[in-house]
Parts: sequence; structure tokens; C-alpha cells
Amino acid sequence: MGAIFRRETLSYFTSPIGYIYLAAFYAFSAFSFTSNSLQYGTTKMDGMFQQLMIILIVLIPILTMRTLSEEKKNKTDQCLLTAPVGLGSIVVGKFLAAFLIFLLGVAITLVYAVVISAFAAPDWSVILGNFVGLVLVGAAFVAVGIFCSSLTENQVVSAVISFIALIALYMLTTIGDVIPADFIEKLMPDLGAVPRTVITEAVVILVTAVIFFVTGKKAAVPVIGFIAMLVLGLFAAKGELVPVILDKLSFWERYVGFTYGLFDLSNALFFISAAAVFLFLTVRVLEKRRWA
Amino acid sequence: MIEVQHLSKHYGDKKAVDDISFTAEDGEILGFLGPNGAGKSTTMNILTGYISSTSGKALIDGTDILEDPIKAKSKIGYLPELPPLYMDMTVKEYLNFIYDLKKCKLPRTTHLKDICSLVKIDHVYKRLIKNLSKGYRQRVGLAQALVGNPNVLILDEPTVGLDPKQIIEIRTLIKKLGKNHTVILSSHILSEVQAVCDKIVVINEGRIVADDTEDNLSRKLSADHRLTVRIEGDQKKVLKMLEKADRIVKTDIGAKHGEDIWEYRIEAREGSDIRKELFIACAENGFYILEMKSSELTLEDIFLRLTMGGSIDGGEA
Repeated sequence: MGAIFRRETLSYFTSPIGYIYLAAFYAFSAFSFTSNSLQYGTTKMDGMFQQLMIILIVLIPILTMRTLSEEKKNKTDQCLLTAPVGLGSIVVGKFLAAFLIFLLGVAITLVYAVVISAFAAPDWSVILGNFVGLVLVGAAFVAVGIFCSSLTENQVVSAVISFIALIALYMLTTIGDVIPADFIEKLMPDLGAVPRTVITEAVVILVTAVIFFVTGKKAAVPVIGFIAMLVLGLFAAKGELVPVILDKLSFWERYVGFTYGLFDLSNALFFISAAAVFLFLTVRVLEKRRWA
Repeated sequence: MIEVQHLSKHYGDKKAVDDISFTAEDGEILGFLGPNGAGKSTTMNILTGYISSTSGKALIDGTDILEDPIKAKSKIGYLPELPPLYMDMTVKEYLNFIYDLKKCKLPRTTHLKDICSLVKIDHVYKRLIKNLSKGYRQRVGLAQALVGNPNVLILDEPTVGLDPKQIIEIRTLIKKLGKNHTVILSSHILSEVQAVCDKIVVINEGRIVADDTEDNLSRKLSADHRLTVRIEGDQKKVLKMLEKADRIVKTDIGAKHGEDIWEYRIEAREGSDIRKELFIACAENGFYILEMKSSELTLEDIFLRLTMGGSIDGGEA
């Protein structure tokens, strides 16, 4: 793990990526800081921290796009995967390297806080809470980016996928507001929740079975069918829960509390577990590739 | 020591490797020979734990690569078909990275220095891998496999893309390494396997078609009873003479080499040596034998015969 972490960190600075990421982050965060805090003459930094999350959505994919896709493309993964190290330490080593570069970027916000303190005494605990929140959300973003990078051999595709995934995670609340949670209820207005669910599941199973045999028994079809059963079953049984669940999963909702100066342990744990889940999925993708 | 037992790898319906078994003892160089796409690289990737087999076992010094991958991998040095080099690193940085990656315990400076002088990359030690020629990249790849002094070396087409001088150097090096390592080397270049290996496994379309030492392979496929003779004399008379000899089973006429000089391929009954008899017969009839050789097959012939026309003696395949 140590060897991979060191190599990866160095490679951010032998290629232009590390410099580009840091330069872009410093520049945009400086603009944001100037316009949100300095020009308003306030010691509050929450405006900047809210904007920084959007900036990270754009910049993190650039940071993580090559981590695993490039290894696969150049076949250097053969060297890592045949070395006496576990998949877990490969992924974590790479995560920590990207996370370190991310931290080097985010650390600039502490400088801004010092700049503000030259004018008036800022609320240090709030700023520290903001900072911790941004670090946590960044860790989850980096993990998502590394996961997306494990899915493809192409850096650009990897960046685009992670970009889309991060926007989706950011927008989950909005998606939940718009989604027609009660559409199955409206289809079967006279039925109760139980028969409604049973009918929905039966239809899904039937459709899955038809597709399964038509496509020549592809193993992926039952898996997708199972997921569809869970999702549509939820819609049928308790449609009103869907927006609530999406809201709970929304990165923005979880993050915005930090910028108000609220340190909620559940939100902190949410980001840490999100990072862990995506790193775990990355390991599974690498593992699966060996069996393909 | 490497033991492979009934190894198979299927990609959907395609059988890339189909039930192969072989053993490579300590201090043995095993040549893995086959045309492109025969399943050589797939087998090597399975042996090194890069991909998993569909069924079967691969044991490295008695450790199953699937059951205890980390222990098994620590005993292997692997040079894949394309050396896994990071172009943005110098040779020094790269080898140090590999040293750390393999959690090597040997003294760092002297160990890396030894390897570099062994594969002769001392003078490019501080250069970026990106700027090295193909031959040097291949050597850095080999150096990478040697880091940590593993018992087992698996080299996938180690001499591909090298110039003749480098090829000879690398072969000599592999021979030297073979004295105290178990080496598996794949190639589609037959002379290479012939020059380097103690034991040869021929593989075609995922199956083993022959597994033996080179001498045995030749002996199985050819014998003294097949002769190629160049005789000066009227063709019809020579043929009549050859027909009369009762131990000759078959005679083919080969190329013409001049006025009344022809090449004849003679097949005698199995186990019989007709060279003396042939000499006397020609002398009596006033023909001159200009050349006589037993048509022992080269590895090229063995290879073609095996991959085109089934197996030896209808054996394994």
C-alpha cells in the first residue's frame, strides 16, 4: 500500500494533472472567497464552502480519471495484480494519493480564514466545521471517481462517468422532488398496498423472464430484474417514501448542514461510509475482471 | 517448482485453455511453445494470478495461486508480454517502486545494483523509461521480474522485438538464471526454445499436443529409417534398384540438383538401418552417393506436424 501511495502521489506531479488540479482549485476558490466573503465584508465563509462543493464536482473527476483506467490501458495493472499485495491495498493506496492531492487543494481555505482574521475575528469553530465537511464530502467524491475509473480503460470516459455520477449524487433531492412517486398507485387506484405490490412484482418477474429467454439467457438480466423488483416494489408499497430516501442519500443535503456550522455525526458517518462503499465496489470490479 | 493440474479457462463458449497439465521442476527451464493465440499468455496469466482459471489448479512451490495468492505471488517474478512499465518514471524510481511493492527484504542498493548489472541496464539507470528503446524496456521488464530474487520466473516472449545481439544476450541470461530458478518461457520462435529450454510443452488451440524434452520429441517423430539421399545416376535405373531392396517401404523423388542428380527420400521398414546396404547397392550399380542424411525432424517440423496434424502417436490430444 505504501509503495502504491508513494508512486501515485509522485505521478500526480510528474504528469501535469496534479498541477492543473491544484491551480484550478486555488484559482476558483480564490474567486469564490473574494466574491462571497471579502466583497461583502463578512467573516462568514459558508457561501464559499457551498460553492466549493460544486467546484469539486467538476475537478475531482480530473483528479481520479486515470487512477485505474490508465493502469488497465497500459497493462501496468499486470504488475500490481501479480505482486504480492491484496486488491484492497492497491485501491486504498490509490485513494489515499488522490485524497492527499485533494487535501493540498482544500488546505487553501484555511489560508483564507487567516486572511479574514486580519480584518475581524472569525468564528473559528464554524470555519473548522465547514472545512471538515468539505474534506469528508471530498473523500466520498474521490472514492466515487476511483470507482468510475475502474469501470473503463478510457480516461475521458472515466471522467465523464464520474462527472455524471457526482452531479446525480448532488441532485438527488431535486430528483426526489420531481419523480412521480405515486404513479403505480394511480395505475391501480382501487387496490390496497398489498395486492398492488403483488401485482407489480408479478409483472416485473414476467417481463424479466421474457427478456431473459429472448436474449438467450444472459446472466445480467435476472440481476437487473431483481433490482427492478426492489425499486418498483418500493414504489408500489410505499411510494411516498421514495423522495424521503433520495433526500437522505443526497450529498448536498448532507453537506449543507456543515456550512451552517452544524456538525452532525450522522452526516460525517454518511460520507465516510459512502467512501468505504465505493472503494469496496472498486475492489469488487477489479476482482470480477479476473474472472471475466 | 510449478505444477499445473487440469487447468481450463473459458471465455463464454471459447476455450482459451482446455484441460492442460504439466510440471516444471526446480532448476528447469520449460519452454512453452505455440502459435499466436494458442493460449500461452492466458496460461501464464493464470499461473501468476492475474486472471483466474475456470477450473483446475496451479501450484507454485506447493502453494495454490487461488487459495493463498499473496504467498504464491511472492515466489513469482513475471515478465508479461508487454512489460508493465510506468513511462513517467526513471528506471531507478521504477525498480525501487517494485522493490517496495514486493516488500523485498534483501539489501536495497546492492540487490538492485546486482540486477541492473545482470541485465545490463546500469548506464540507463537514471533515465526516464519513456525515452528508452524497446530492447532496454524489455530488459527493465526482466529486471522487474528479478527483483526480490523469486524462485519462479515466468517470462512471456522475453526476446520479442529485440535485435539479434540482444536476443543472444537475453538467452544466455535466461540459461544462467535457469540454473537456480524454475523458469517458464513462452515463445513462438522455435529455435529459441530449442536453444534455451530443458523441456518443451507444445500447445495449440488451448490444448497440450506434446510435452517432452526436445531430443525425445525428435526421436518420437523421426528415426534413422527415414533417409534423404542425393544420388548421381539415371533416375529410372536408380528407382529400379531402390525398388528391389526389400527393406525399403517407400521412395519419393525430390528436387533435381543437376544433370542426372536427384534427391530421393527413402523410408525403410521401422527399426532398420539401410545405410550400408544402400551404399553397397549404389557402388555395385555404378551410382554415386553425393549426400546422405537421416531426415531427423527439426523443431520446426515437429511443430508444424503437431499443430497441423494432431498429436504424436495419437497421444494426449
